[in-house]
Amino acid sequence: MTTSAIQFRDETFRDDFTFRNSPAGVRRFPFPFHEDRYMYAVNIEPHTPGLVGTAYEHLIDVDEHYVAEMRDRAIVLAKDPLRCQSLAHMTLAGWDLLELLMDAQAGSYPAHFELHRDGDQWRWINRPLGIDDTFTFGDETTLPYGPMEYITRQSQGDFCIVDQRDGNLWMDAGMVTAQADWSLDFDVGMNFMEWHGPVPLAHELGVFDRALKFLLNIRQGQPVRRLNWTMTINPRLDTSPEEYPRWGTDRTTVTPENVGEKVHLRVELQSFWRLPRSNAIVFPIRCYLISMNELVTIPKWARRLHRVLDTLPRELADYKGLSRYRRATVEWLAAFDDGAPTSPGFFPD
Amino acid sequence: MTMATTAAPRVQVPKLAVTVTEVAQITPMIKRFRFEPTGSVSLPPFSGGAHVIVELQDGESLRRNPYSLMSPPSQSSSYTISVRRDDAGRGGSLFLHRDVRPGHRLTISRPVNLFPIDWRARRHLLIAGGIGITPFLAQMVQHETAGSDFELHFAVRERAQGAYLDELEARYGDRVHIYCDDRDERVPIGRLLDEQPLGTHLYVCGPAGMMAMVLSSARSAGWPEGSLHSERFLAPASGKPYEIRLALSRRTIRVTEHQSMLDAMEAAGVDAPYMCRGGACGECETAVVACDGKILHNDEFLSTEDKASGRKIMPCVSRFEGTALVLQR
Repeated sequence: MTTSAIQFRDETFRDDFTFRNSPAGVRRFPFPFHEDRYMYAVNIEPHTPGLVGTAYEHLIDVDEHYVAEMRDRAIVLAKDPLRCQSLAHMTLAGWDLLELLMDAQAGSYPAHFELHRDGDQWRWINRPLGIDDTFTFGDETTLPYGPMEYITRQSQGDFCIVDQRDGNLWMDAGMVTAQADWSLDFDVGMNFMEWHGPVPLAHELGVFDRALKFLLNIRQGQPVRRLNWTMTINPRLDTSPEEYPRWGTDRTTVTPENVGEKVHLRVELQSFWRLPRSNAIVFPIRCYLISMNELVTIPKWARRLHRVLDTLPRELADYKGLSRYRRATVEWLAAFDDGAPTSPGFFPD
Repeated sequence: MTMATTAAPRVQVPKLAVTVTEVAQITPMIKRFRFEPTGSVSLPPFSGGAHVIVELQDGESLRRNPYSLMSPPSQSSSYTISVRRDDAGRGGSLFLHRDVRPGHRLTISRPVNLFPIDWRARRHLLIAGGIGITPFLAQMVQHETAGSDFELHFAVRERAQGAYLDELEARYGDRVHIYCDDRDERVPIGRLLDEQPLGTHLYVCGPAGMMAMVLSSARSAGWPEGSLHSERFLAPASGKPYEIRLALSRRTIRVTEHQSMLDAMEAAGVDAPYMCRGGACGECETAVVACDGKILHNDEFLSTEDKASGRKIMPCVSRFEGTALVLQR
């Protein structure tokens, strides 16, 4: 349990881009490379609480960017309400998610969140956002939004809720405002095979058949997680297809002089949870950003990212959209790699 | 979002410790058991249609039997199940009927649902036979809360043998229709199928013959496959004893007459995955390394092609006859 209060930063993920990680924020970053090369690998593991002081300490992680991320989400939704959609049959799953997130946040961060239940009468206190609401669990008319929208306006990360039927999973609800170039509005209502259609090679390898079978049997009380990564220019959360005209050209602005501040490693901690009342599955997709300037304050990570990017297969660099600035980034990182061996595992030495 | 790689990690699923707090004789053949959490305050909510695996230490042997939860899905103080005594079965239900009393401590799995409600349906037509009523008892509570349009048709042998008839009629009124065999009453399946509006989903749970009849009637009446839902727990078949070789554990084990292959692996201390133990979920699927003989596929998970290939087996319900079977386990 985190007893000390989090100092929430006042910062932006657009326009003047004042997002920064504190030194403690850098050390808790979920660095995704356990060795000096990267290739697709089996990386699903049980989502159980991890080391204190890391992003894995609590199953639903709240950090110093919470308030600013929620503000950025509200800006996106005001402009484009279709970033949050829930098909008519998904309301019960929304209540399941509300319970999961309120329980987790109140349980892990009692200094910031409180949940009081008296039968169906619930009182939710969210101090960082100045919310104190009493409502009837299960009765949508007692909340200002539907249950999924209500709680995901107060929870870091994107959320996809998938319905399970006909031996498949269907993307039938979600709150998606911080995505790595995919669109909920495009994918909503699609099944697992359809929304993964664009991924190269993996279909032929049968990867998605195995992944689907695994996910269909996810059980209550048995969440699992995996890490995914890409890179983003500027600390921009909303790299959606809808906003591509605003951020696509950022990739042409990287120079040897500005790599340190502009180029960010973007890590998604994806977890997968069975929801109890609806039998749906929720995928929280929690996004973490770190600039190259911040990353090189951890010597092990500087050496390792230099080597990973330098040896990354070209197809993967293209698929992740890194090709235009990979060379400049590798050359910039070279100054921080003395060739010394790196220790195994993700964490700083 | 993409999920590019995966393999099933072995995850230790936390189980639930419960204490039996009530055993009620519902009909001459059916007992209801109430489980309350041992040493904690609440049990997780679940979805209507879910089951739990109840672990029963019967002398030397540990039995693991699936039972549908019939209590209201949001009720966290207790779960209830109903068990029909099966005098010809492998003994799990007999053990529950004879030896389990209030105060008995048990371990159960967390709820798993292989018979969920499809919340897109505009109408839910529920057809139950005998003890197959239990998943519907939980589903109907969720339907009532959600304001769903639903109707239950429940066939029993005779009124005295039918479980929960009075409660159902009192609570749900004319949405419940009961048919007694001994009065020559039959579920009018043809008429029911004909008179449903578009968007109706059909759910059936009961004896194998009834389920096959209902599903085939619906298919021949042109109902889409996605609108048909059924749950049939296959009790693992008994049969002649045989031996199997486990390639990864480098063990040869014997499967006795009343054991499943999965039971035998567990009894030998081999850690094998499972979920439903009824041939439905696919979790225990195991690769066949070599086979000299005939695999008796009893599951409903593998496709006809998979079964014909002889390369996969579901050890929770399937058996073997022959001289050598080697599994990747």
